Amino acid sequence: MEMMRKERIDRGLKVRTEGLYAISSYREILYLMGPRLLLIIGIIALPFIFELAPYWKRVINIMFVYALLALSFDFLANYVGLVCLGGAFLTGVGGYFTAIYNVYLGFPIYLAIPCATISGAAFCTLCLLPCLPLRGVYFAIVTLMYPLLFTRIIEALNILGGTNGITGLDGFPNQYVEHYIIIFLVIGFLFGMRRFVNQDIGLVLRGVKDNDQSVRASGIDVTRMKVLAVFVASLIGCFGGAYMAHLYMWTGISLFALDFSIIPIASVVIGGGGTLVGAVIGSFILVPLSEILRAFGTFRIVIYCAILTGFIVFKSEGLMIYMQRKYHQFERWVKV
Amino acid sequence: MSEEPILSVKGISKSFGGLKALMDVSFDVQRGEVFGIIGPNGSGKTTIINCITGFISTLAGHVYFKGKEITGWKPHKIADAGIARTFQIMRPYYSLPAYKNLIIPLWSPRARKTGGWRGGGKHGDRDTVAVDILEEIGFERDSRVPYKLSSTLPTGYQKRLELARCMALRPEIIFCDEVFSGLSMSEIAGMLPLIEKMRDEGITLIMVEHRLRELFRVATRVMALNFGEKITEGEPSFVIEDKRVREAYLGAEEV
Repeated sequence: MEMMRKERIDRGLKVRTEGLYAISSYREILYLMGPRLLLIIGIIALPFIFELAPYWKRVINIMFVYALLALSFDFLANYVGLVCLGGAFLTGVGGYFTAIYNVYLGFPIYLAIPCATISGAAFCTLCLLPCLPLRGVYFAIVTLMYPLLFTRIIEALNILGGTNGITGLDGFPNQYVEHYIIIFLVIGFLFGMRRFVNQDIGLVLRGVKDNDQSVRASGIDVTRMKVLAVFVASLIGCFGGAYMAHLYMWTGISLFALDFSIIPIASVVIGGGGTLVGAVIGSFILVPLSEILRAFGTFRIVIYCAILTGFIVFKSEGLMIYMQRKYHQFERWVKV
Repeated sequence: MSEEPILSVKGISKSFGGLKALMDVSFDVQRGEVFGIIGPNGSGKTTIINCITGFISTLAGHVYFKGKEITGWKPHKIADAGIARTFQIMRPYYSLPAYKNLIIPLWSPRARKTGGWRGGGKHGDRDTVAVDILEEIGFERDSRVPYKLSSTLPTGYQKRLELARCMALRPEIIFCDEVFSGLSMSEIAGMLPLIEKMRDEGITLIMVEHRLRELFRVATRVMALNFGEKITEGEPSFVIEDKRVREAYLGAEEV
C-alpha cells in the first residue's frame, strides 16, 4: 500500500517577502498589507454596513468590547503565561471607576474614561499583586474570584449605588463617536500589542512564559515583569468596561457578569491563541452568533455549545492559525 | 593565599524534610579559578548551586560574594550582582529563535549597566550583540543555526545556549551545572576550549560535573561531596587519590 503524506511548502511570494524584497514590488507589498488592510477597512466600514439596523449597531459596539477583552486574555495567557479568568473584574472596575469620576466627581466623559482606564488598571494590578509571585493556577483562581467578591461587597454594603448601580453617566454625543472611539482603540490596541510582544521587553515577557527560572537567573525580577504585563492587560480591559458604562449611561453589578470572563476565552479558542488577531476575529464570530441565537430562547446555549465543541474538536488550532497557514503555504500530497 | 576570595561559603546546611541534603559545607573560591564540585548522584552538588544562587533557601550558613553577604537574596538580585548559573535540565525559551533567547539576559539591568557585550549593547541593536555572543560561544554566524527555533536545536547547541545566556550578563562567576553531561565526546572536545576561554577572560568558573576526566583537564581545584558532606578539597590529582573519594564513587571495600 502506498503511503501518502501531506507536504506543506511556503509560497514563493511568502519566501520573498520575508527578506529585503518585501518592498520591491507592489505584489510583495500587497501580499503583506492585504490581509491587514482588509481587516482595518472592514472594521472601519462596519457601522456603515449596518446603517439600517440600529439594533445591530449596538451589538457591534459590545462585540468590540469583547474583542478588547479577548485581546487582553490572549496577551496574558499566550505571551506571559498567566491565565486570567477575570475579564469581568477588569470591565467592572473600569465601569465603576468611570462612574465615580463622571457622576461623583463631575469629570467630563473624555477625561473620565482615560482616568478610569489608568486608575482602574492600577487598582486591578494592586488587587492581583499577592498572587503574582506564585506559579500555576493561583492567578486563575484569584482572578475568577474577584468579580464575585466585588459584587457581594457592593450588594452587602450598599455602596456605589448598591444593586441599582450608578445612573446618570454622560453618554457619547452621537453614535459615530460611539462607534469610532472603540473601533480606533481596537485597531490601536491590536497593532500596538503585536508590536509590543515583538519588542525586546515583549520577548522578556515571553521568556517568563517559557521558563521563568531562567529569566530569574538572567537577573530580571520576574514578579515585576508580571506586574507590568497585568497592568497592560488591565488597561485594555478597564477601557472596555469604562466604555461600556458610558454606552449604557449606567454602571451596575452586571458589569461584573461572568460573560465578560468566559466569552473572551472562547473567542481566543476559536480565533487561535497567540495570534492576537485571532482573539479579535473570534469575538467577531461569537458575539453576533450569540445574538442571532437569541431567537431560539434558552435553546441557544445548546447550539452555542455545539458550535464551540465543533471548533475545539475539528479546528483546535484556531481559525487564524489555519487561515495563516493557507495564506502562506500550499499543500500537496506526496509519496512517503 | 592572602587575597580575599571572590566567593566564600561558610557552613551551609539544607534539608528537604528529613533528608539532610547539605551539612555544614564551607569553601572559598579565588578569582580566576576553575573550581570543580564532584560527587556521586544525590550528594548535594546541584543543591549547593541552588542555595548559593538563591533559588532555594538555606537552613543555616552564610555566602559572601566579594566580601559582601548575599545569603537569602532573591535569585535575580544575585544574578544582578554578577553570579550567573546554567541549569542542569536545559529549558531554553522554546518559542523564540536561538539568538532571541539572548535578548532576555541582554535586556536585564545588569547587562544594561555593564554595557552589554564589548560596549555595544547599551545603545546598539541587541540582536546584533546576541549573534555576536552566539558566535563567540560556537554558533556559526552564517549558518541558519542561530536563527532556528531554540526547541529544535540539538543538545550540544542548547548547552552552549545556556552558557551564552550566562555570558550575556558579563558575570564574574558562572556556575556550570553539568555542562558536559549528555554530550558526545566530540561535543565535549568542542566545549573545553570555550571553558578555557572563559577562564582566560577572567571569569571565575564553578563547575559541577560527573565527567571527571574532562573536568580535571580544566579545573584548578576540586571539592568532593558525599551525602551532603564535604569529603575533601584540593588539586585534582590530590583529590582523585583520596581514599574517601574513591570509596564514594566505587563503594567502600571491606574493612
